[in-house]
Amino acid sequence: MSPVIPNLLSLITFLPLVGALAILGVKWVSRKDDASVIERNAKWIALWTTLATLALTVILLAGFDRTTTDYQFVEKVQWFSFLSYHMGVDGISVLFVALTALLMPLCILASWDSVKTRLVEYMIAFLVLETLVIGVFTALDLFLFYVFFEGGLVPMFLIIGIWGGKDRIYAAYKFFLYTLLGSVLMLAAMLYMVSVAGTSDIPTLSTYGFSQAAQPWLWFAFFASFAVKMPMWPVHTWLPDAHVQAPTAGSVMLAGILLKLGGYGFIRFNLPMFPHASELFTPFVLTLSVIAIVVTSLIAFRQTDIKKLIAYSSVAHMGFVTMGIFAGNQAGVQGAVYQMISHGFISGALFLCVGVVYDRWHTREIAFYGGLTKLMPHFAFVFLLFTMANVGLPGTSGFVGEILTMTGLYQASTWAALVAATGVILSAMYALTLFKRVMYGEVTNEQLKGHPDLSLREKIIFAPLIAGTLLLGIYPAFVFDFTTASVDAVVATYRAIIGG
Amino acid sequence: MQNLVTILVLAPLLGALVAGLFGRKIGDIASQAVTTGLLFLSCALSWYTFAQHTWGGLEPFTVKLLDFINIGTFHSAWSIRIDALSATMLIVVTSVSSLVHLYSWGYMAEDPSRPRFFAYLSLFTFAMLMLVTAADFMQLFFGWEGVGLASYLLIGFWFQKDSASSAAIKAFVVNRVGDFGFALGIMTIYWMFGTINFHELFPLIAAKANTSWMFLGHSFSALDLAAFLLFIGAMGKSAQFFLHTWLPDAMEGPTPVSALIHAATMVTAGVYMVCLLSPLFEYAPVAKMIVTYIGAITAIFAASIGFTQNDIKRVIAFSTCSQLGYMFFAAGVGAYEAAMFHLFTHAFFKALLFLGAGSVIHGMHHEQDMRHMGGLAKYLPVTYAAMTIGTIAITGLGIPYTQIGFAGFFSKDMIIETAWAAHNTPQGMFAFVIGILAALLTAFYSWRLAFMTFHGKKHWEAAHDDHHAHGHDDHAHAHGHDDHHGHAHTPHESPIVMLIPLIVLSIGAVAAGFVFAPYFIGDYAHAFWGHAIQHGPHNHVLHEAHHIEEAWVKWAPLVVTLIGTALAVYFYLLKPALPKAMAARKGPLYTFLYNKWFFDELYQATFVKGAKALGDLFWKVLDVKIIDGLGPNGAAWTALKSAQRLVKTQTGYVYHYAFVMFLGIAGLLTWVVFGMAR
Repeated sequence: MSPVIPNLLSLITFLPLVGALAILGVKWVSRKDDASVIERNAKWIALWTTLATLALTVILLAGFDRTTTDYQFVEKVQWFSFLSYHMGVDGISVLFVALTALLMPLCILASWDSVKTRLVEYMIAFLVLETLVIGVFTALDLFLFYVFFEGGLVPMFLIIGIWGGKDRIYAAYKFFLYTLLGSVLMLAAMLYMVSVAGTSDIPTLSTYGFSQAAQPWLWFAFFASFAVKMPMWPVHTWLPDAHVQAPTAGSVMLAGILLKLGGYGFIRFNLPMFPHASELFTPFVLTLSVIAIVVTSLIAFRQTDIKKLIAYSSVAHMGFVTMGIFAGNQAGVQGAVYQMISHGFISGALFLCVGVVYDRWHTREIAFYGGLTKLMPHFAFVFLLFTMANVGLPGTSGFVGEILTMTGLYQASTWAALVAATGVILSAMYALTLFKRVMYGEVTNEQLKGHPDLSLREKIIFAPLIAGTLLLGIYPAFVFDFTTASVDAVVATYRAIIGG
Repeated sequence: MQNLVTILVLAPLLGALVAGLFGRKIGDIASQAVTTGLLFLSCALSWYTFAQHTWGGLEPFTVKLLDFINIGTFHSAWSIRIDALSATMLIVVTSVSSLVHLYSWGYMAEDPSRPRFFAYLSLFTFAMLMLVTAADFMQLFFGWEGVGLASYLLIGFWFQKDSASSAAIKAFVVNRVGDFGFALGIMTIYWMFGTINFHELFPLIAAKANTSWMFLGHSFSALDLAAFLLFIGAMGKSAQFFLHTWLPDAMEGPTPVSALIHAATMVTAGVYMVCLLSPLFEYAPVAKMIVTYIGAITAIFAASIGFTQNDIKRVIAFSTCSQLGYMFFAAGVGAYEAAMFHLFTHAFFKALLFLGAGSVIHGMHHEQDMRHMGGLAKYLPVTYAAMTIGTIAITGLGIPYTQIGFAGFFSKDMIIETAWAAHNTPQGMFAFVIGILAALLTAFYSWRLAFMTFHGKKHWEAAHDDHHAHGHDDHAHAHGHDDHHGHAHTPHESPIVMLIPLIVLSIGAVAAGFVFAPYFIGDYAHAFWGHAIQHGPHNHVLHEAHHIEEAWVKWAPLVVTLIGTALAVYFYLLKPALPKAMAARKGPLYTFLYNKWFFDELYQATFVKGAKALGDLFWKVLDVKIIDGLGPNGAAWTALKSAQRLVKTQTGYVYHYAFVMFLGIAGLLTWVVFGMAR
């Protein structure tokens, strides 16, 4: 296989970083100009960089061989005997790369007018974030992975801590504390693995076969880190605060991509590297997952802040992901991957919807709103569509992931499937109640009047997300064509080892 | 033929998209014309398909359009399945829908959001067609929730009204409770048989009879469990006892919607599903028994509420609920053909009653309380005639041992007779007795409605003004009907576009019975249904129902119907003061029935309040006090506060973090470099 463009993966990964440097360079060159000129340059450079990355990703997808389980577009440069710059994608990671590349230009556009302070630094932070997040999905070396994985959180802290709401410091701090806890444990586990296996090469480690005595410890160390990212109940309380404080685009990245790092990690590390421990801990994970679904859905039902409600709803939806992965069968894991991709679209779009009203009225209080349908019919259509996708209506992408993960779970535990299935009732309760309070009724708040419906820029942002949600919902093979071979291989290996 | 049915199913979707996305650009009339035109096209093609199937020797077939979910053995596809069951549903759905589209030209004439309304109607029709032509459980579920979405949108069509949007949510959520069982049922089927495709599934079922299945740690009879879980879905969609509470509230939607969705088509989806799954239910005796009991209880329960309600639409809603109960217990005793036949005839006369009620409401300037009506026969003569035909049809008037009777006579009497044919089982006997009793109540509440509306004193002359002061304005406002308030309040007959559907449906309510009875339940039934409905080896109820020797069984429905009618005549024509006095006294039984057995209050107090209390508990206590209290805000927080003082910049944490991370990387490197070298 000869890639169209050499080193395509490195190009995709580091192009945003180049864009960030370009912004710095242009800023320096035009330092005598008006601040507004510098800011405009930064915006356009950021937008074109992310669009170029997206274009490269399209080439990546087009050149991707969907029939093989091997890593593709592999780049390997040996740095030391044990350490290499090893990049590559399989059918799972390639979609996360694509999702990141798609959401990023939308984030830049969403921030176009709404970010008022330190715009240049803001754009740089997002571009650096893109490089680091794509790196997580393309790295095939434990060491590289760790750098990208932990490094990606730095720009996120900045985004929350600098451009966040009034309690941004507390939120960033909480985010930091949770993440630290997990990453310290994961680092220790990685050290042990490299010392035992003598390599940090992820594909090699996947088939290494760690001793059954060591597996539970290693499993748990990785689990701690990924569970915080997902986030799983009960280590989820950082997420609502982080979302509420984060600027709109920050929330989009957080919900759309960063949460998926956890699920990706489970599939890439826990399941193949520690299969016996995965089996051992399955009841534990399934229990936490279904608790997450029920408890956070009920909490979402009681929220008075739009963003917090959607944040809690994210935790519930991630519960479907973790339970699907640890169901450990085809339906479960395929469903989980699908649910992550789908949730990237839906939650991203929902946070953008919050951004639409927040940009206009600067409050997220549900009680402030009411009757917006009358004033903003186009927005009503968009918000309704994603509300329905969020409750998993068939025909939207939200349905496919939920039904498959539940089907997978049914085989593992009918009790868990029963409890998880109550999630479809609860999600309808909180999501439709939110929609009603914001969009339906008479306009009683005079302040709501006098703002326009969706602008052209906002429509452009929503268009790809609407198309994605519906196309994936009607023809899920868009995703499964990529994932089937890789996921089936992971599941088959896992089941062969645990003897199921 | 394959292209034909594809066009048939997709035409309403096209209409919905055009009206929904471009309605503002192309205007109201164009939107209405496109949706209505495409619907009539779809209707014509449906009748052609049905005719080809019934008389043209068309064999059942399935068109595969596109793959849907394909994972391992979990196969589903977007397809169009044509057989006797779906062909029947096609004509029911498209006939009523096209008439309702037409009717809405008049009924919604003054509404500012007509394109949206017609788009929703067509969207509903598309989802319903997908439901009835599904070849596997995934598409069935898609249609199932799709009609739920359309129902939600249309109940909440006048979204400015709080009661409308609340009712919409209630309908969606209660249906989701049903879908919860439905989804579990689909999963059970999948893991039990390894397929969710009907065509592959049905031949495998008999082999699983008398096997058991582990569910929730207990061993259940496999097929009973699967059938029961699926039936929970049917209970939600068809508003059966326990999951019925959304249907009366759904009357917040515009009346054409009530006729189409909440009477003729969507709510019958549950019955359709049970009949479609007859190969499964035939081997699930316990599930069938449950279906019978739930159906029978619903039949009598809803009827008992029906005769205390004063809102014209709510009476008809409870009547629908009750008639659906009939269909279910027919299916439960194994007479799927009778259930489908009643579904078919009921669609005509119930749509007729609803559209008639709509005509009354329209003529009365959006008055729905029957206590403020009366004496309307003279003012709305066509509507009066149509409603009278509908009422006779629903009471099932006809002469036993002959082929003379209205539509309801053929189907409802058949149901009662099949229940009798099963009277050697307790549930069969129960259903039979309930069926007779409910027939009495049906006659009573149906004639009560007709008499209160069209006969007696003109209560609107005096009542209208004072009634006007409360509650009416917001309704009219939402309609954009304000101009009505300017002129005199004399009731008026509806425009011709509204009367045509009434006349067409009246013909159906008279003739649907005797024309189609031979095919659905009579001599040609076997050839008509083919393999679409299957019977277990011991199920002969339909055959036995045709050979009932006890004459009293044949005559009983007619007798109780006449008694019910007579009672209605006595109370509402001869002594109208009596029921008013009874209602005013507010006796315990009346209060109980008037408040719909207090189901809403019960659910409110338990589920809704419970969910809120639990949500608060989990949030304010578990998340905030316990998790955050022990975690970030507790010990760790204070420990790190000193560090916070050292780094005062906002971004201090980042440096912490970067420091720890790079420390880690350095450690990793050191370990690896020196550890390896050793």
